[in-house]
Formats: sequence, C-alpha cells, structure tokens
Amino acid sequence: MANNTAKPIIEEKPHPMEDLLRMDRMPHIWCSGCGLGSAVTTFVEGLKKAGVSYDKTAIVSGIGCTGRVAGYLRLDSYHTTHGRAIPFATGLKLANRELTVVVFSGDGDLFAIGGNHLIHAARRNVDINVICVNNFIYGMTGGQNAPTTPLGAYSSTAPYGNYEMPFNLVGLAAAAGASYVARWTTMHARRLTDSIAKAANKKGFCFIEIVSPCATVFARKNKGGSGLDLLKEFQTRAIIDHEADPTQIPLSMDNEIVCGEFVNKDKPTFWENVQTGIKAKLEKFSNWEELQSNSTKIPHKKSVTYTSSRDTYNSRSNT
Amino acid sequence: MFQESRLHGEFFMQGDIACAEGALAAGCRFFGGYPITPASEIAERMAMRLPLLNGVFIQYEDEIASMAGILGASWAGVKSMTATSGPGISLMNENIGLGMMMEAPCVVINVQRGSPSTGLPTTWGQSDMMQARWGSHGDYGSISLVPNSPQEFFDLTVTAFNFAEKYRLPVFILADALVGHMTEKVVIPPVEELTIINRKYTTKKPGEYLAYDYGKDLVPDFAKAGDGYRYHTTGLTHDRRGYPDMTVECQEELVPRLVNKIKNNINDISLTEEYDIEGADVIVISYGITSRTVLPSITAAKEKGIKVGYLRLKTVWPFPEEKIRKLSGNVAGFVVPEMNLGQISLEVERCACNNSKVKLVPHPGGGIHKFEDVLKAIEEVAHGK
Repeated sequence: MANNTAKPIIEEKPHPMEDLLRMDRMPHIWCSGCGLGSAVTTFVEGLKKAGVSYDKTAIVSGIGCTGRVAGYLRLDSYHTTHGRAIPFATGLKLANRELTVVVFSGDGDLFAIGGNHLIHAARRNVDINVICVNNFIYGMTGGQNAPTTPLGAYSSTAPYGNYEMPFNLVGLAAAAGASYVARWTTMHARRLTDSIAKAANKKGFCFIEIVSPCATVFARKNKGGSGLDLLKEFQTRAIIDHEADPTQIPLSMDNEIVCGEFVNKDKPTFWENVQTGIKAKLEKFSNWEELQSNSTKIPHKKSVTYTSSRDTYNSRSNT
Repeated sequence: MFQESRLHGEFFMQGDIACAEGALAAGCRFFGGYPITPASEIAERMAMRLPLLNGVFIQYEDEIASMAGILGASWAGVKSMTATSGPGISLMNENIGLGMMMEAPCVVINVQRGSPSTGLPTTWGQSDMMQARWGSHGDYGSISLVPNSPQEFFDLTVTAFNFAEKYRLPVFILADALVGHMTEKVVIPPVEELTIINRKYTTKKPGEYLAYDYGKDLVPDFAKAGDGYRYHTTGLTHDRRGYPDMTVECQEELVPRLVNKIKNNINDISLTEEYDIEGADVIVISYGITSRTVLPSITAAKEKGIKVGYLRLKTVWPFPEEKIRKLSGNVAGFVVPEMNLGQISLEVERCACNNSKVKLVPHPGGGIHKFEDVLKAIEEVAHGK
C-alpha cells in the first residue's frame, strides 16, 4: 500500500527573513539583476546583527525604486514624497528619541530633489541613518540623468552622453558633517552588513552609500550587460581603502570604486546640543511664577473668569 | 520640566504669540518651521517656550522640510505644528497632500500677506483662501479656520488641533498679517478649562490592526511609531492595510472617504457668527480682519435704514453651503468684502445659485477696505442695483 503520510519532496520552511519582510507583499517589483534585493537582504542581516528592537525601528523612504524598500520591510514604515524622507525622519526621531530611524532611498531622491535636506541633516548631526542605493540613474522614471550619472554616460535625458559633473556622495556627506560615512557595493555583502549594524548602534548622522547595479536602464543604455556582468565589473573595479579621503574618491565609468569606512567619529548630536544649550539657561526658572513673568514681561492678573463669548461686533457697536 | 502649559491669565499679547500659546495649551510639543514675515513670531515664541515643556523646536532648512518634519513628528504620536505665510505654503503643499493621504494630524498656520509671489511681506492680504482648499493636487477634505483677533487666534489654534486630532488631517489656520501682528487683550484660561481632543489610538493588538481600517466615522484608528504595530503608510493610493494598491476600486474607496470624513461632519466643523440675520435684506459675509474693518460701513448702512445682517465665517473650509443656500432665498443679496480679487465670493455665488445677488468688494491687500466702497455696495444691493 502506498504511504499517504510520506513527507513532501520539498519541505515548506519559513523564509529566513520572514520576521522582517512583509511576505504578503512578495514578489517585489524590482527587475531581475537589480541590486536592491541584495541591499535589502544586507539591511535585514545588519539589523539582526545590531540587535536593535524591531518594534522600535522605523524606516522612511522617498520615491523611486529604492523608495519601495519601506513597503517591503515589516517595521513601522513610511513611504513619503519625492526627496523628503530625511526631514520626515528627522521629525519622527526628534519626537520619539527611543526610535532607531533609518532612511532608505536612492541617489536621485536623496541627492537631487532631497540634496538640501541631506546636507542640513548631516550638518545638524541628527541621529538618523541614511542608506543611499546609488545606481547612477533614475530607474523607475525611465532612465533619465541623475546627479550621480558619470560624465559621458548615456541616459534618457543625456542622449549624447552626460556632460554634468556627478556628485561624489561620500565626499558630500563627509564634508557636510556626518558622523559615519561608508561606501560599499552590493558585492560587499558582509562588510555592508557590518556597516549597517554599526550605524544602527551609532549616534549621530550615519551615511552609507551602496553602489548598486541597474541592469534594466543604466546598463542597457551604456552597454554594460546583465546584472551579473555588472557585479563582475564591481568585483574587478572595487578596492577597499578605509584611509581614503572621501572627498577625493569620485565614481566614474571606469575608475576604481574605492570602498571603505571613511568617517567614524563621535560628536554631539543635534539633540545633545539642544540639551546642553538649554539646560543651564533653564535652571534659573525654579517655578512657574518666575517663568511666566520672564516669558511675558507683562504684568497680569493671576486669576480671571474665562468666558468663551467675546463679541467683537457688539462691543464695537457699544462704543 | 513641565508637562503642561500652565500659562494663564489676562495678557496684552500679539496675535502670533497668542497662536503659539494656543498651540502649547492644546498640547503641541513639536514645531518645525522656517521663518517668514509675518509668521516669524510664532516660531520665535515656540523656540523659547517648547524647551520649557519638554517639547522640540527645530528650525528646518526650508518650508518643504518643515512640513515633512511635522508629519514625521505626528506619526511619533506628538501634536505638531508649523507656521508660515503664502510663499511658504506654496512650498509646503506637496507634503500637505502627503499629510492628507497618510491622514497625519497636524496644524499649519498661514499668516497671509499680499500676493502673488513674495508680494507684500510686511502687510496683509487674504489671498490664500483658495490655495488652502485646493493647494495640493487631488481631492481631499480640508479644514480652514479664520481668526479675526489675537484672542481668536488663540482660541481657534486650540480648535484646529482638536479638529486635526479628531479627523486626522493637517488643519489650516488662515490668519492675516493684521491679526498676526496686532496686539490686544488675550485671555488664556487654565489648561483644565480648555476642551482638548486627542486622536483615537487603536485598542487592537499588533497582529489584528490594519492601519487604514475605519468605521462609521470614516476616521481610522491611530497607532504611533515604536508601539510594535509595525504598520506601513504611503502617499500612494493604499488599501486598508496601508499597502499600495493601484486599482480603480481602491482609489474609489479611499479618495471619497478622505473627502467625506470632513463633508459628513460639516455641522461640527463649521463655525460662524451671525448678527441681525432675521429679516435682513442684505447680508455682509466676511472673515478674518475684514470682518472688523467693514463694521463702520455696516453701522452707517443701518443708520440709513437698510436692513443689513452680518455673517462672519470662522470656518471657511468646509464652506457653510447649506447655511448660505438657505439664506439666499430670503435676502436681496450678499456683499462679500475680502482682501483678494474674489475667492470666497465665488463660493457664495455658487451657493446663492442665482437666488440672490452677490456683490464682491475686492481689495488686493496691503490696505483695508474703504468705508465708502463697502457702504456703496451694501446700498446697491439693498436697492436692487
């Protein structure tokens, strides 16, 4: 007799990242060969390694391909407007300082439309982490020029080759005052995981650039081959140099991709500075009477009867 | 530090300062803003007062960031506010739309100046009335309150927070530079005597909670960041779970709900003041500072024997359609003086629907209405011209 209770050939097991991925949203919308899958995997591994509470971790994205990351992660997640993830995250973090707040977005979102917010958040040293997936192009919008598109590279809006100088993201973040700055490619899975874990537990503004392949538009327009070809290229071109000056390592079509942990310093965060700044000043207000007189500088009656009807029309008519 | 704003008593206080105090009394503990005349004093007051109340003040790099920031703070469960003027609102509109779509409670103060563009920074206007209703792209219900004195700036700021929390949306206050910069008596009651409404937090467990599930009131229960609900929210059209859903069905369920949660509660939200409406031939409809500057003309018209009534809008959005429609059957016409070239008068016209005449008395801002212009308009309408 046939054995009806035999085990199925393929045993169903829970997905190893199920606790942090919204499995009911799978499959994701990213193209095959895209680096975002690796970026999300390393992020999940990084969070696990960091040991932070998932309930107390919030993720904020802007728009575009990378903007969709927030929706796939089982955390408090916010998919916001074009370029505005950082100020949104700043509000979230300052209003609840127990949270670990991570902005996960793309190069176009963070450095074109959101460029101003990024440099100011770094300047203030707000205690948030910004992970930027840099694929050198506007992917979801159809392959137009990004502020990171290398000189000479082709895009939908650079049909004769890009003639604008690209931003060097790590240089910009470091110069603006970030506490932690690192660059890796999606090839550097273990090192990237370590960086993400480190940033999760580090106070201050942390910036991680993930150089990532876009096979569907960037490579197609620049004859770069498949996603696998692009990874092989990263493998050939990437070097690790932690001592490199982040302002001196721009990315181009054929240079070395200098990776590493370029900045890792401790300095007071925005909130720490706020606390230091006001603490001494506030000590002199020991009670409310003092505070009220100091904050209004106008003598007032201590108790008045409050009535809700203050009829300006009638009082005018009476005079 | 202190948890409650216990500043109370009788003050000689500027409108902008009264607004800041109203926000603090209502429980606002996060202000994100960018200075702009004539709203700067609100930020300055908040910068001084919030640290005393364990609150957060941040001067952002621009208005776009400010609006995004107060949405973030709102999701952290903190009552939040920003204050600006017309040019700032133009920048904020993108994230105001996000706030409407995500249903994030917060308050946006617009101390209006003469416009368009940078216009008249140091003088006044009422040029952003329509922008408050239709500024951000798409359909959504909107609430805008218009104070006409520093006292009312205080009172309506408290009301604005209550509406924001109750209906979960960014609520506007459309003050103007005259109200903002005017100094008058302001009575601040003890905080216990104020009616303060807080948002409805979910009582469900994290596994059962859907971020955008709603009941009869059409307002979903709130869960704040860090409480273990691990919800998703997005500016994209989303289903009850908060997940993006690009179907017509989803859009058909979501967008009308955003409109109807306000529309269905117009009786609760619509605040007006009426005088001598019964038996009036002409009704002057005005709002904000104009409601005070036109009073001498109304008094003069009365002295000439014209039966003139007076309707003041404290809530302009949602517009009190039914009230004006009913009135329109009984009067010869409406006179609408406003400091723009006809924004609210068009709404009155729409509601009067040819039942009665609607006469706009426009002013482009920077000054106030001339006594004679308003009187002349009242006379013309009364005499059927």
